[in-house]
Amino acid sequence: MSVATLFSDPLNWRFAMLRRSFFFCLSGLLILAGAMWPSLAEDRSIIVASTTSTQDSGLFGHILPLFKQKTGIDVKVIAQGTGQALDTARRGDADVVFVHARAQEEKFLEEGFGVKRFDVMYNDFVLVGPKSDPAGVAGSKDITAAFKAIKDKQAPFVSRGDKSGTHLAELKLWKEAGVDLDSAKGPWYREIGQGMGAALNTAAAMNAYVLSDRGTWLSFKNRGDLDIVVEGDKRLFNQYGVMLVNPAKHPNVRVELGQAFVDWLISPEGQAAIAAYKIDGQQLFFPNAHGS
Amino acid sequence: MTEGLSAWQLIASGDAALLAIVRLSLVVSLSAVTCAALLGLPLGASLALTRFPGRTLLIVLLNGFMGLPPVVVGLAVFLLLSRSGPLGTFGILFTPLAMIIAQALLVLPIIAALARQTIEDLWREYRDELTAMDVGPVGRIATLLWDSRFSLLTALLAGFGRAIAEVGAVMIVGGNINGFTRTMTTAIALETSKGDLPLALGLGYILIVLVLVINAGAWGLRVWSEQRANG
Repeated sequence: MSVATLFSDPLNWRFAMLRRSFFFCLSGLLILAGAMWPSLAEDRSIIVASTTSTQDSGLFGHILPLFKQKTGIDVKVIAQGTGQALDTARRGDADVVFVHARAQEEKFLEEGFGVKRFDVMYNDFVLVGPKSDPAGVAGSKDITAAFKAIKDKQAPFVSRGDKSGTHLAELKLWKEAGVDLDSAKGPWYREIGQGMGAALNTAAAMNAYVLSDRGTWLSFKNRGDLDIVVEGDKRLFNQYGVMLVNPAKHPNVRVELGQAFVDWLISPEGQAAIAAYKIDGQQLFFPNAHGS
Repeated sequence: MTEGLSAWQLIASGDAALLAIVRLSLVVSLSAVTCAALLGLPLGASLALTRFPGRTLLIVLLNGFMGLPPVVVGLAVFLLLSRSGPLGTFGILFTPLAMIIAQALLVLPIIAALARQTIEDLWREYRDELTAMDVGPVGRIATLLWDSRFSLLTALLAGFGRAIAEVGAVMIVGGNINGFTRTMTTAIALETSKGDLPLALGLGYILIVLVLVINAGAWGLRVWSEQRANG
């Protein structure tokens, strides 16, 4: 628009048009808010802080619809590493935690953030590595010997490096193998600070060894040249536990709905749902709640 | 293109979960851009027309904040909205509203900075006339905003592009909850981490097509209204 038309255009007209645009935007916002309202108003829902392994393996996609069907409760899962999930709950941003690192969970309870911890299920960790097997560990059942061989051969190894349950389990295994990581760390040891799936992607791209939970490995699709090289050692046991966040610490915790989820997970029905989740005929998680 | 087939089949079959993800992405980013525009356009215009000490510093800051890292904004909003944070009582962390707030903060500097530049350029052209007509400050801002609306549309599109494409902020404040706060970008990140690269890539194609369609629509609107304004 040229300067000349400025004078033929009354100022009022511009004001009117601006006002119209403003109210147009505002009503647009209101319509959008209205479109979202049902989801915001949904109050029969809980937030569960859990691990990447339970989400990436597809377990939640299998059991949550069953729970919803029975109780009408929506479970919103935030998938993080175990350490981060516990921190989320410590800040009061979750109602229930469902993780796998016994020592961290006990500490969480001692600090008074959890009400009570229940065993839910277990699976196991597996050492995944390239089929060429540069460290020569394939077929072994001794995980610490395998870790030591990887370090001695300086074979590439991908570490989660994110304080997740799997990362803590890995650190414990290095210790049990007598490897002092601080001095042994070199270009062969690659900490990526990401979830299980990302670690597997990285290992596939670099033909590296990586410690994974079996569930995520079984459901993982981008395997490249990787395969399981060590499994079956009882030190690879991986226990999952569930806790309601303590309402005494965080009054906003939805006690009734959260407890309903905990109760269902350890009930015969919930346990059966967990056992029924299979990929290619392989069961991913083994329910072991006590008294079921 | 065969890699993207699975995602196209999903959208062609009207997969409810996928449509919900697309809808949420659009709702969140459009709301964020609208909020940022309602604040950023007047802010940019006032900054263009006023002179005060520290103005240059403010402009440099605003321009610099166009490059705010989404994860940092996400983290800041997360700490604000967390139950243990100052705004925790509202309980809006891990909801679409939290995602809109984070994206609006990301987009606000882009819209305000581009509007400031556009309007300052137009102000040079209009200054003498508006001064001669003795138009007040609000009238000046209104005149300049309205007469530069086509250029400002580009600023809004730049903001929208930033919002719909970012993953860092919505991942942190939304939590990527299935069926509730999962957007196109967080779904792509999730499928990548599950190793389902074909589906992730397919979702990526859909996102790019969506952004192209919206930009084409905005372009069409501009051409149409320019013709109307001149005709």
